[in-house]
Amino acid sequence: MKKFWGFVIKECLHLLRDYRTMIILVGMPIAQVILFGFAIRNELDSLRIGILDNSRDNVTTEITSKLLSSGYFILDGYFNRHEEIEAAFEGGRIKEAVVFGSSFAEDILRDNRADIQIITDASEPNMANLALSYTSGIIQNYAASLSEEQQIPLSIGTEVKMLYNEEMKSVFMFVPGIMALILMLISAMMTSITIAREKELGTLEVLLASPLKPLQIILGKVAPYLLLSMINVAFILIVSTTVFGMPIRGSLLLLVAECALFIMTALSLGILISAISNSMQVAMAISLVGLMLPTVLLSGFIFPVENMPYALQVFSHILPAKWFLIIIKNIMLKGTGFAYIWKETGILLFMTAVLLTVSIKKFKIRL
Amino acid sequence: MNSIEVKNICKSYKDTKALEDISFEVKKGEIFGLIGPDGAGKTTLFRILTTLLLKDSGSAGVEGFDVEKDYKAIRRIIGYMPGRFSLYQDLSVEENLNFFATVFDTTVKANYELIKDIYVQLEPFKTRRAGKLSGGMKQKLALCCALIHQPEILFLDEPTTGVDPVSRKEFWEMLKKLKDKGITILVSTPYMDEAFLCDRIALIQSGRIMDINTLEGIILKFPKKLYAIKSDNMYKLNSDLKECGMCDTVYIFGEYLHLTPKSSECSGLEDYLSEKGHTGIEISQIKATVEDCFMDLMSRHGSTNNE
Amino acid sequence: MNDLIINTENLTKKFGNFTACDNISFNVKKGEIFGFLGANGAGKTTAIRMLCGLSQPTSGHATIAGYDIYKDTEKIKLNIGYMSQKFSLYEDLTVKENIEFYGGIYRLPSKEIRERSKKLIGELGLESVQNKLIGSLPLGWKQKLAFSVAVFHTQKVVFLDEPTGGVDPVTRRQFWELIYKAADEGISVFVTTHYMDEAEYCGRISMMVDGRIAAMGTPKELKGSFNVGSMYDVFLHLARGTK
Repeated sequence: MKKFWGFVIKECLHLLRDYRTMIILVGMPIAQVILFGFAIRNELDSLRIGILDNSRDNVTTEITSKLLSSGYFILDGYFNRHEEIEAAFEGGRIKEAVVFGSSFAEDILRDNRADIQIITDASEPNMANLALSYTSGIIQNYAASLSEEQQIPLSIGTEVKMLYNEEMKSVFMFVPGIMALILMLISAMMTSITIAREKELGTLEVLLASPLKPLQIILGKVAPYLLLSMINVAFILIVSTTVFGMPIRGSLLLLVAECALFIMTALSLGILISAISNSMQVAMAISLVGLMLPTVLLSGFIFPVENMPYALQVFSHILPAKWFLIIIKNIMLKGTGFAYIWKETGILLFMTAVLLTVSIKKFKIRL
Repeated sequence: MNSIEVKNICKSYKDTKALEDISFEVKKGEIFGLIGPDGAGKTTLFRILTTLLLKDSGSAGVEGFDVEKDYKAIRRIIGYMPGRFSLYQDLSVEENLNFFATVFDTTVKANYELIKDIYVQLEPFKTRRAGKLSGGMKQKLALCCALIHQPEILFLDEPTTGVDPVSRKEFWEMLKKLKDKGITILVSTPYMDEAFLCDRIALIQSGRIMDINTLEGIILKFPKKLYAIKSDNMYKLNSDLKECGMCDTVYIFGEYLHLTPKSSECSGLEDYLSEKGHTGIEISQIKATVEDCFMDLMSRHGSTNNE
Repeated sequence: MNDLIINTENLTKKFGNFTACDNISFNVKKGEIFGFLGANGAGKTTAIRMLCGLSQPTSGHATIAGYDIYKDTEKIKLNIGYMSQKFSLYEDLTVKENIEFYGGIYRLPSKEIRERSKKLIGELGLESVQNKLIGSLPLGWKQKLAFSVAVFHTQKVVFLDEPTGGVDPVTRRQFWELIYKAADEGISVFVTTHYMDEAEYCGRISMMVDGRIAAMGTPKELKGSFNVGSMYDVFLHLARGTK
């Protein structure tokens, strides 16, 4: 135990001495949250749309006016025939078209349901997905108010995407992603670099020739980063709730526990990376390419997993960040309890166990 | 009783042979020097003995423990100072020492007696970062850290490389004191003149041990007559001697040239040099130095670095 | 005065309160081998960095090959060669590539580079390994080649910072023969070493102690003035005296 604390103290001293890195490690999470929150607002603004209204009744007119008054969309023009839509897309005049079927209002009253076709320009998938969500959100809102009025359940058939983000604030979608990213960065990359540094500077040679066991070396090196990562979690949560009004609807304790689990997963990944790399440069490159890029691109942080090609969807299953995002969104936005996320938690636990076992096995007792 | 026993060790990296059939013993309580240039295989040998590297064949034991089977036991009783400065440069002298003490489950206080002589020289700088120390001071700190757990054997891989002659002399004085306290020391060095400070030495070159003996033993075995010679123009003297055909070897050696004549005498040499216009000629027969022996052994092992 | 390749007057470098080099004055003539000795931390490296134009002196004057070390640092860099044990050649380039690369840096015409590379490889007997990576050569070969590359482009002065550390005794002597040859051809050699026998090979020696030049002269003069038998004793006498 004394050895362990000696190691932790030493590691903390390294961190404190290297104040530049320290500033980056503590400052970056806050900067990232604020940056993503304010600057990279992934919101729609004045998207040009066209409307083909085959019904032209009071319901379709009302929906159209709701869409246009939302501020997200600008009407490019009405179409008369379906063929005109394609031409408008090709000409780049519109990014989205809304098509109402004939006898829309009658259908609703008679069958309690009607269909709207929403066509988007998927050459910009992110924008398209967002536009789709916004449009369906507005339509669902309308449908809900209509059902209340008529006292009968009505439905308008569009896909519902942003049910738990009613205000459609993009920062809510980003905070969990940033958390995953930061924790990956600090836990995985920093641990892999700090162990690789001992290899590169030759200090590991002395440690190996001492009675220290691999587990002791690893735990001692990793503990300070666990602490640092938890501090960062606190920072991110404070900034996102106070500055952006992000809710934490579920249990805070559960949230913190899940974050700790994800940090453990990331730390064990970091240890594994350091076990297979001999220099800081290699460790950094593997962390960046092997962890950061997939976390940013494939975990559902920026691009929704459902929109990815099948192969990438399958691949995303092995990313811890994907499961972490699901857990966080569930706890923070939906307010669900452990009963709804035990599967994802189990997956993360399993990953951590496997990674830790492999990396301790891989950690060489010799040079 | 032998502290270290090495029998027929071989080690190769891909297709280069780092060690070829190395055998030697180090007696308990002696200072044993491995003397040879960089690339001779000294570091590889150290790493095998400190259980950090696996050998290809042969056997090696430290204090009766096998370097592979009993590596844990060995790691408890050795102190190791690698060739490269291997302390934490961003930690202070004190912090480094405390850290290594905890690694071995001990404290600086408990072992202060052993390191006192060395530590008093470091004390004025104890809050200075290790990276900011001068070369000689770094070596002293590294030695302190290697001693902190009272090891039975010290492995010092080129502790004096790049260190100035005065600091080197001080370092060796410290080793002598440690030896008096009963610690066995295996030390490597590329500086041939440090041989006289070891009880016994092994001359190592290109992965092979060329000779093992006491310094006197090695010098007595020097097979030829050796002369030191100087004149007022050393550069010309060197080339003239190499051309004259009377000498086997001519090497510059400080202010003299050392030469071994082809015939048993070198009587004609002075006349030849006068003829060549040399003035201030001095010739005298001398005892060989380790370096003479080393070069002689190198030529006989056919392992000079050129072809 | 053209014969003075290095000429310094009261060269001083301070880092805050610490004076690393304190009023250093000396000169090195054309074709002279000048030994620059001193304990670790005596200020040798600081002095070399100033002379190579890598660091600005706090005060004092110096010229290298006729160029002022304050104003003409770029010209100085073109006229000096430098090698140390730590940095000499690129390990992941071949022998030939290294030679050509350094020729290129110093703006030699490519035809000349080719001719001189060929000559150099021949002289050092490296034909068989010219296309091998530097990293695969023994240290001694590397150091000899590094020296040859350092004098490859220059006709003026070469700075050698502990060039022979860890090199085997035979190669060490061959290395010094290369130094002698270069000096004979008129190149000034400025060398630091921890081998005291090598101090004897220098034409003149300066001994630095705590940032100052404590003694300067031929090896014979130095030994005479301290009344001792070897350069090692001179060193011991001077460096110990500081404590």
